Amino acid sequence: MKLERSRERIEERRNAFDPYAAKQRCRRYRKRILEISQQVSALHVAPAFSCVEIVDALYNGVMRRDAKCEYRDVFLMSKGHGCMIQYVVLEEQGVLSRADIDAYCKPHGRLGAHPDYETPGIAASTGSLGHGLGLAVGQAFAERLKGGDTRLYCVLSDGEFQEGSTWEAMMMAGNLGLGNLVALMDNNDFSGLERMSEGHKAFYPLVDKVRAFGWRAIEVAGHDGAAIFEAAASAADSAVPTLLICRTTKGKGVSFMENVPIWHYRSPNPREYVQALMEIETAP
Amino acid sequence: MRNKFADTFYELGRQDPRLCIVVADISPAGSIEKFRTEFPQRFVNTGVAEQIMIGMTAGMAQRGLRPFAYTIATFSLYRPFEMIRDDLCYQNLCVTVVGIGGGLTYSTLGATHHAQEDVSIACAVPNLTVIAPCDPLETESATRWCADQEHGPVYLRLGKAGEPSFTQAAPQPWVFGKLRRIREGSNVCILSYGPIMKRAYAVAERLEATGRSTAIVSVHTLKPLDVKGIVEILKKFPSVVVIEECAPNGGLAMQVKAIAFDIGAQTRIHSFALRDEFIHCYGSHDDILDAHGLGVGEMAGRILGE
Repeated sequence: MKLERSRERIEERRNAFDPYAAKQRCRRYRKRILEISQQVSALHVAPAFSCVEIVDALYNGVMRRDAKCEYRDVFLMSKGHGCMIQYVVLEEQGVLSRADIDAYCKPHGRLGAHPDYETPGIAASTGSLGHGLGLAVGQAFAERLKGGDTRLYCVLSDGEFQEGSTWEAMMMAGNLGLGNLVALMDNNDFSGLERMSEGHKAFYPLVDKVRAFGWRAIEVAGHDGAAIFEAAASAADSAVPTLLICRTTKGKGVSFMENVPIWHYRSPNPREYVQALMEIETAP
Repeated sequence: MRNKFADTFYELGRQDPRLCIVVADISPAGSIEKFRTEFPQRFVNTGVAEQIMIGMTAGMAQRGLRPFAYTIATFSLYRPFEMIRDDLCYQNLCVTVVGIGGGLTYSTLGATHHAQEDVSIACAVPNLTVIAPCDPLETESATRWCADQEHGPVYLRLGKAGEPSFTQAAPQPWVFGKLRRIREGSNVCILSYGPIMKRAYAVAERLEATGRSTAIVSVHTLKPLDVKGIVEILKKFPSVVVIEECAPNGGLAMQVKAIAFDIGAQTRIHSFALRDEFIHCYGSHDDILDAHGLGVGEMAGRILGE
């Protein structure tokens, strides 16, 4: 019975997530990030591009709002260097202003290359890897203790799962049975320096590791918004925390950025910018 | 101190549903066990995992709770240092990190368990308040303050068990951020904090025996330091002594001397701190303090030899 209700709810909400509209939003977000990249010598384009669909699906589908249209659920960007995508989503939602984004990394602005707690829409200061999941565990624990139904959605890089602190948080979330915690791993297979499947082979397999820590683990195509939406929605009635292992491509959407480590941090030059923009605009 | 902390926390926790305690496999028995039994949902043991202990208290504070993290000082401050810095201090969250066994309290356990530079390190981090009570009574006052304050994160540095109380008849009350005169005197003023206060008293007795009227001040709040109070002492007393169970670099003595320099004080300042070294001595707390050059006779002798 419970399962049926759950399925109905997923079905109902699946209808609410329009893959075509999501694709258009994600195209806009990528173009806006490229635009900002022309104002600064460096920003994390590729790490942001790899989680565009993840962040979009959360903000524009998965996370619930109250009657005043405020989010009841919490988004926490553990991979702080991917925050450009969060900034542009918050800009589109009117939480951050165009002036905020234009002043990115400038002395008079309030947005830096990593998110800062208490900036509108930002649930935690991150940037040093391996901190976000611990914060999310504490927040999810507090929400459960207070008796609310708030859910915590925490986006992590796969590189963060090389940090011991992330596994301390995984174990504790499993111990506490935090069913209101959903983590999403941006599994682009790259840390800053190299491909993890080549340089850090013991990182895999993931699913068994995660399940052994008392979590549900779901593998999902990380650039398919509808798939992410559905998988995240299926976590709603879980008694244990859920990790979505989102298979992604670092730099997704721009051919010369995809899977090329230098784009972890570099901004495109004007010629590269034009090409990147064209690829984003003409992508199917 | 440990028991007084536990009793106070239990009493406060019964009244305030925001109070939680997150421990990392080390817990004060007694009243905290009672708290655990009565409020199991507000007691969390992360196991031997200090990074998540601090990380999750930060998240809890962000969602309106008032958590205390608790373990041995080295593991509460050093092991998860970046979580304290980034999660608690950078975000300025009201979490109290309790370090039990500050200084060399765990004398026989070796340097892995000696928090001999904890105060220096903690004082260096922006937003982090540092409190080191000298006895069980001050521990109670400090715990009460921590439970209800709105300043931000606190490192509450405690001793262990069995410390005597010095402050029941103190001329001044415990006030956060203010020096506290706990013994009157007029010739010499000893500034100290934490469990080594027992030696400050012993030194004071030696000085009194030679006719030097000796005051003792508890510098329980190391950060923010009561600079105005220090200035007054430097102006009032011809001789000021700092006794601390902390590494010399970045401790109280350095700060007092810097203030003295800034105001051009003419006071004679004697400072006694731990040596800047790891000493492989496995005796009692007193034995290892002696090995660091903090013997009562040695300190009194140096002061009297001025």
